[in-house]
Amino acid sequence: MTLQALLIALVLIVVIFHAHLGLFSGMTLIERRVLAFMQFRLGPNRTGPFGLLQPVADGIKLFFKEEVMPEGANKFGFFLAPMVAIVCAFSAMAVIPYGPAFHLPSFGFMPEWLRGRLITPQIADLEIGLLFIFAVNAVGVYAIVMAGWAANNKFSLLGGLRSSAQMFSYELALGLSWVGIIMLAGSFKVGDIVEAQAGPIWKWNLFMQFPAFVVYLIAGTAEVSRLPFDLPEGETELVAGFHTEYSSMKFALIQMAEYVNMITVAVLVALLFLGGWHLGLGFAAPPLVGFLAFLAKVGAILFFFIWLRGTLPRFRYDQLMDFGWKILIPIAAINILVTAGLVAFLGQR
Amino acid sequence: MLPSYVPVLILALVAIGFSAFTLGLSQLLGKPRPNPAKNSVYECGVPPIGTARERFPIKFYMICMIFILLDVDAAFLYPWALVFRDLGVFGFLEMGAFMLLLGGGFTYAWKVGAFDW
Repeated sequence: MTLQALLIALVLIVVIFHAHLGLFSGMTLIERRVLAFMQFRLGPNRTGPFGLLQPVADGIKLFFKEEVMPEGANKFGFFLAPMVAIVCAFSAMAVIPYGPAFHLPSFGFMPEWLRGRLITPQIADLEIGLLFIFAVNAVGVYAIVMAGWAANNKFSLLGGLRSSAQMFSYELALGLSWVGIIMLAGSFKVGDIVEAQAGPIWKWNLFMQFPAFVVYLIAGTAEVSRLPFDLPEGETELVAGFHTEYSSMKFALIQMAEYVNMITVAVLVALLFLGGWHLGLGFAAPPLVGFLAFLAKVGAILFFFIWLRGTLPRFRYDQLMDFGWKILIPIAAINILVTAGLVAFLGQR
Repeated sequence: MLPSYVPVLILALVAIGFSAFTLGLSQLLGKPRPNPAKNSVYECGVPPIGTARERFPIKFYMICMIFILLDVDAAFLYPWALVFRDLGVFGFLEMGAFMLLLGGGFTYAWKVGAFDW
């Protein structure tokens, strides 16, 4: 990696980081509005036009709220947990390409090496791609266990335990659902997997790997603790789960980590299964069109998450564990074997 | 020449800096006015009984154990999937035998009731 590439990576870090911050605050508002409309309410609509300034108001309010440190809490763990959650959530973005590679237009003021340079909107094109995301996600569980244990609250402890058990159970299914895709693409890089889906629409992994798509969508929803898998923070039984005692900005950071994880899952579904920036028409679209198609897919999946929340009731905990171990993991394993058999005996795809 | 992991490190540092900055700023802005009732642990409004560092069901431990066993095995599937095209039928049969063993262990755990919550 040269110094010029490092400079471009720095710019990408700034842009992608802030895009996520913006998307996070946007999502908090959109989620509340869409959920409200699904329940025949209006939702927040007083702060600015259509309530657009609501995230700003929330942010300012959370900054000025006082920090409550519960009695007997482990101070170090209590502070560290939100930071670990944030760092894990944001680190996963590093290996994701947020759109097709494009050539920079050349303007007069640009230095020579920047004119017409091919840029991939990806912070680091690591060989291990998906494995990195998998590893970083796994570390994210520590944040939840730490938050649950450090607060010295029984609800928090139960929430943290439930959350970690749920993540363990669904992480396995999630990891297994990726194996088939890796097999078809022959690469861990997310970009290569997207390129393997180029061409007509049935080349998308949505059709090539339908069981894996279903398993990943369900396991991904469970990984980010969205309804109907939000047992770790089921309000009616556990108050707020592992972040019961969190207030002020520490609460905001945990919330932010959850939303960023959700966005990452949505982006990964779009890239790994829905063809990313390919339109599925059999020809390569110009980068801008491809990027817009990619954004539309991500938006559709994010809407799907909100829709799920507005529609489905919560699972019971034993149902959740049964579902993960006895249904999802066998489906994912059989999918791997069938895919491997087809590839081995029928040749290329 | 820098290794290609440097941007990942920078991104992690940015995230650490961001979270430290926001936490620090809220410490400065939000004035803490502690009192015993506010600082007590939330237990639906009644005074908390005992500590939260209690024993918890062994089921969680069990799930952890099985997860570690199966996850390590699942990790073997990744490199296999990566080079599967080159291995062909041989790779399929080899991994089929491996998955069969894994499935045996999985079925055993299922039968003894490790997954019954």
